[in-house]
Amino acid sequence: MKFTEEHEWLRPEEDEENVVTVGITEYAAEQLGDIVFVELPEEGTTVVKEDDVVVIESVKAASDIMAPVDGEIVEVNSALEENPGLVNEDPLGAGWFFKIRVEDMSALDEFMDEAAYKKFI
Amino acid sequence: MTELLRTPLYGLHDALGGKMVPFAGYEMPVQYPIGVMKEHVACRTGAGLFDVSHMGQISIRHPDGPDAAAAALERLMPQDVIGLKAGRQRYGLLLGDNGGILDDLMVARRDEDLFLVVNAANKVADLALLRDGLPECEVTSIDRALIALQGPAAEAALEAVAGGAAEMSFMDVATLDSAFGPLWVSRSGYTGEDGFEISVEADQAEGLARALLDQDGVVPVGLGARDSLRLEAGLCLHGQDIDAHTSPVEANLLWAIPKVRRQGGDRAGGFPGAERVLAEIEGAPTRLRVGLLPEGRAPMRAGVELFSGDRAVGRIASGGFGPSVEHPIAMGYVDIDHAGLGTRLEGELRGRRLPVEVTGLPFRPATYKR
Repeated sequence: MKFTEEHEWLRPEEDEENVVTVGITEYAAEQLGDIVFVELPEEGTTVVKEDDVVVIESVKAASDIMAPVDGEIVEVNSALEENPGLVNEDPLGAGWFFKIRVEDMSALDEFMDEAAYKKFI
Repeated sequence: MTELLRTPLYGLHDALGGKMVPFAGYEMPVQYPIGVMKEHVACRTGAGLFDVSHMGQISIRHPDGPDAAAAALERLMPQDVIGLKAGRQRYGLLLGDNGGILDDLMVARRDEDLFLVVNAANKVADLALLRDGLPECEVTSIDRALIALQGPAAEAALEAVAGGAAEMSFMDVATLDSAFGPLWVSRSGYTGEDGFEISVEADQAEGLARALLDQDGVVPVGLGARDSLRLEAGLCLHGQDIDAHTSPVEANLLWAIPKVRRQGGDRAGGFPGAERVLAEIEGAPTRLRVGLLPEGRAPMRAGVELFSGDRAVGRIASGGFGPSVEHPIAMGYVDIDHAGLGTRLEGELRGRRLPVEVTGLPFRPATYKR
């Protein structure tokens, strides 16, 4: 599992080559507060690193989540449409946002591991 | 940047884990560890304790007594201040010469004076305006803390600390004795709930707040939930829903201007902006503040533009998620020909037009003890 400075986590799927699941960290979810709405990208969308791909609205404000890498959105967590609070309850599990297929898994190398991220926050 | 001020309850916020943010020149708690949503719900089901010490407290005295002070204040406000009985409070507006709302406030008639509670961001300007406009009166800024206690558990909690609270009705004011000195209490608030606002000596404020927090069901609530609570209650935030350009009529605050100050009334007009305000009452304003209910789950916040077909017909002034109505809610200004209840409009959100319906206010009925 890798972590970005924007408080996103990236977890390579074990059974799907070059597919990475993306969500936000516990720290980010706590900072955002109670999340009441998540707008997800369409499956099949091709995105470029740093594109805004997800909008999350907390009680307080709207925030954008960026694509951490180039790739194609292959699946989104549609459970969040009905139950956006999953992001607060289980940010590293049931609160994931999307799965993205990347060309080159070495794009993940620049990100922090868990120990480095813990130091970062 | 000027240094932020702190209220007498700063130490308590810190001890309770409040997340502090700048607001109207003060360092104020936006939320505590349980978060905005739970604080909001706790206020509606138990009671919320809010530090509102940043707000302005002003005493107005006239050498001939409070009747004379009331008559003088009517020169600046379109309310019936003269008719306000001792021990009662009323919502009021300070208007500019263009009929715009310079501030909204509460005015209480006490035995010796008029007591005003005004918005934090406007208190300096209000003091100057009152001193300038009421030269025969003594206008004093009162340096006390102010605590709001709101929700169904508020009555029992305050009664346990200051006997007599339970006998008060909505918009009554009284001075109650307590272990924390005399409390200037009004039965009112900014949440749509039954509750109280309590003015206390600054050095007694933390003791009083802790004593109230010790009562059943009382939780500390920050500015985040204060905003969602007042939005569900359909109450205006000055600087956002009303300002120096909006008239009371377009702000849908006509209920606050009694017949006696309207055309044909015994004391019609005689306040700043009367020409515009009275004409809008007789005719119609060009736009109106309305409730707005987005159909989808996406909140529509301040600044979202509203359309009917290709025509831009308005803008959202306050919006967000209503934790008790469990739905996005908003208020905004809409051209008068599109302001009818049930009118379907579209709000532009991130480049897309999403349906939103004009609806009545409040979103949640108030539970005042009348």
